[in-house]
Amino acid sequence: MRYPFPVGRSDFIQGDEAIARAAILAGCRFYAGYPITPASEIFEAMAIYMPLVDGVSIQMEDELASMAAIIGASWTGTKAMTATSGPGFSLMQENLGYAIMTETPVVVVDVQRGGPSTGQPTLAAQGDIMQAIWGTHGDHSLIVLSPSTVQEAFDFTIRAFNLAEKYRTPVVLLTDAEIAHMRERVYIPQPGEVEIIDRKLPASEEEAKFPFGDIHGDGVPPMPIFGKGYRTYVTGLTHDERGRPKTVDAEVHEKLIRRIIEKLEHNREDIISYDAFELDDAEVAIISTGIVSRSAVRAVKILRERGVKAGLLKLNTIWPFDFDMIEELAERVRKIYVPEMNLGQLYHLVKEGANGKAEVELIAKIGGEVHTPMEIVERVVG
Amino acid sequence: MYLKSAYEIRDKYLRKDMLPTIFCPGCGIGSALQYTLRAIDDLGLNPDEIVWVSGIGCSSRVPGFVNFDGLHTTHGRALAFATGIKLANPDLKIIAFMGDGDAAAIGGNHFIHAIRRNLDVTVILINNFTYGMTGGQVAPTALKGLRGTTAPYGQFENPFDIADLAVSAGANYVARWSVFNYLQGINSIKKALNKEGFTLVEFLSPCPISFGRRNRMKTAPELLRWYQKITVPLAKAKKMPPEELEGKIVIGEFADRDRPGLVREYEAYKRRAKKMMGWEE
Ligand SMILES: Cc1ncc(C[n+]2csc(CCOP(=O)(O)OP(=O)(O)O)c2C)c(N)n1
Ligand code: SF4
Repeated sequence: MRYPFPVGRSDFIQGDEAIARAAILAGCRFYAGYPITPASEIFEAMAIYMPLVDGVSIQMEDELASMAAIIGASWTGTKAMTATSGPGFSLMQENLGYAIMTETPVVVVDVQRGGPSTGQPTLAAQGDIMQAIWGTHGDHSLIVLSPSTVQEAFDFTIRAFNLAEKYRTPVVLLTDAEIAHMRERVYIPQPGEVEIIDRKLPASEEEAKFPFGDIHGDGVPPMPIFGKGYRTYVTGLTHDERGRPKTVDAEVHEKLIRRIIEKLEHNREDIISYDAFELDDAEVAIISTGIVSRSAVRAVKILRERGVKAGLLKLNTIWPFDFDMIEELAERVRKIYVPEMNLGQLYHLVKEGANGKAEVELIAKIGGEVHTPMEIVERVVG
Repeated sequence: MYLKSAYEIRDKYLRKDMLPTIFCPGCGIGSALQYTLRAIDDLGLNPDEIVWVSGIGCSSRVPGFVNFDGLHTTHGRALAFATGIKLANPDLKIIAFMGDGDAAAIGGNHFIHAIRRNLDVTVILINNFTYGMTGGQVAPTALKGLRGTTAPYGQFENPFDIADLAVSAGANYVARWSVFNYLQGINSIKKALNKEGFTLVEFLSPCPISFGRRNRMKTAPELLRWYQKITVPLAKAKKMPPEELEGKIVIGEFADRDRPGLVREYEAYKRRAKKMMGWEE
């Protein structure tokens, strides 16, 4: 297989470009999108690469259509992705819910910008955390990953595809304008160097009869893709194990929705990822995600130099959320600070996790600029 | 044309465990479904290579009743989903079964863009002038004066002529019949299925329950008589002055052309890309 970019070595590229290249290495062969700042460069890179690797890149009429198209593509067995920013992500919520309900593996990149509405198109923000987790209606779960460097944007994109395939679920890669447009050195591996996971397919006609059941006992049914003669009916209505609509049966609804949520809950250890810096003896913890974590790392170093026992917990997965881990941390530290580029979205999750065991303080910043390390330091030292 | 018995068609193509259907007595959706299955049968198409897609509405329930791969999606979005299926696996033939509200209101933008791209799909569109599933609100196809629960005093907006719209947007094949024109209907679906690109067969379809009841046509025969009154065959319509055509619906074949479909265009685009990048001669 020939790649339209160098592999097996480092390159100096933007975050958006890194996401496009990673998607192709992860096996993505279908991209549908609608232009929006600051995500357009992902599309533009896909537009160049996809035809060369015999994949599809298509500009749809809007984000509703983009989300719909990647779900359609996924049901043919093709790995598919779309990318957007806040306003477009709002439009995708209807079909994101459909992807959750029909257990369709897809990757959705949301390059956050300032909102609400069209807000600050070119500036960074972290205002879509709640939208990513709870944007679609009804009881549901999905996976949300959050990178803080261009290398992580690359690595997490591959991980997003692997998790989507492994658990038959949509995965949201929640990044931001800062990472999207920043250039950094990224190691682009050779294809054999990274683990690539493909979805479980039915091993027999019998297995294919239960596309929404739990025949392997792991909550993740094999996916009978279209065109193989399995005659699978896929609906966003509440359906039984065979995919038949059962819209007024409370038991069927409960069983389906609980399995969809529990297949992720039962695999929290595999899905949840974080990095801890200097947390072992910390008395003060900073919890952050994405771009702000970079200032937080520096802030911890400065605080340590000043004799404050500070540590950082950088969340790489934002959903499922590890409430228990936060509670354990809260039992060990005096105070938790949550710097984030919004008026308190991660803060709410952390506060719930801390469960009153430690004081939790929000360090909010909006308007488009990332916190400086000193802004965090000053709040911690008072 | 030799017509197989309806039982034979039913046993061959329907999912027995899904029967009975949700359709009301006198509903025209079943007829349009039967014509589509007959067309598939006559052409000898392989059901394993056909995917049915739909949005939301009574008409959109059809893929659930037929024993094929099927994607019952969100309201209005069937053709956007179909775009992904078709481009990701061009070997699959796609039949989109849609309602008039589904296709022309909430899905209007997807509809015109799927046609503009000449997406390879056959759309069977059920035009019953109403939102059947949600109980009789006006659809964008409702002629002026027709009543719906959201226009209790008679529709005051202008209707869409879906077939006209499809012809202008560039569809390769467009035909409209009432569900009572069964031979023309089956023949049109066969033509549509045999063509590349976007093909549309629109059916005026009785909805006695949500629509007829509110417009003093409680039964399918009453709706049939009304269709006879308001429909005009294309050849005749061409000779009629515009005033006389006011409030009438023209039926017939409106377009039959062979522009390259989206799949073929994308294949050529891929080759162009490889050439421009020096990957291929
Ligand atoms: C986003 C969204 N809006 C509204 C609805 C409610 N809804 C269900 S079916 C329908 C209209 C169906 O009418 P039509 O497409 O004409 O199909 P018919 O039932 O007449 O066959 C509506 C508005 C929905 N399901 N989703
Ligand atoms: S409500 Fe109308 S369109 Fe729906 S099934 Fe009944 S008759 Fe048919």
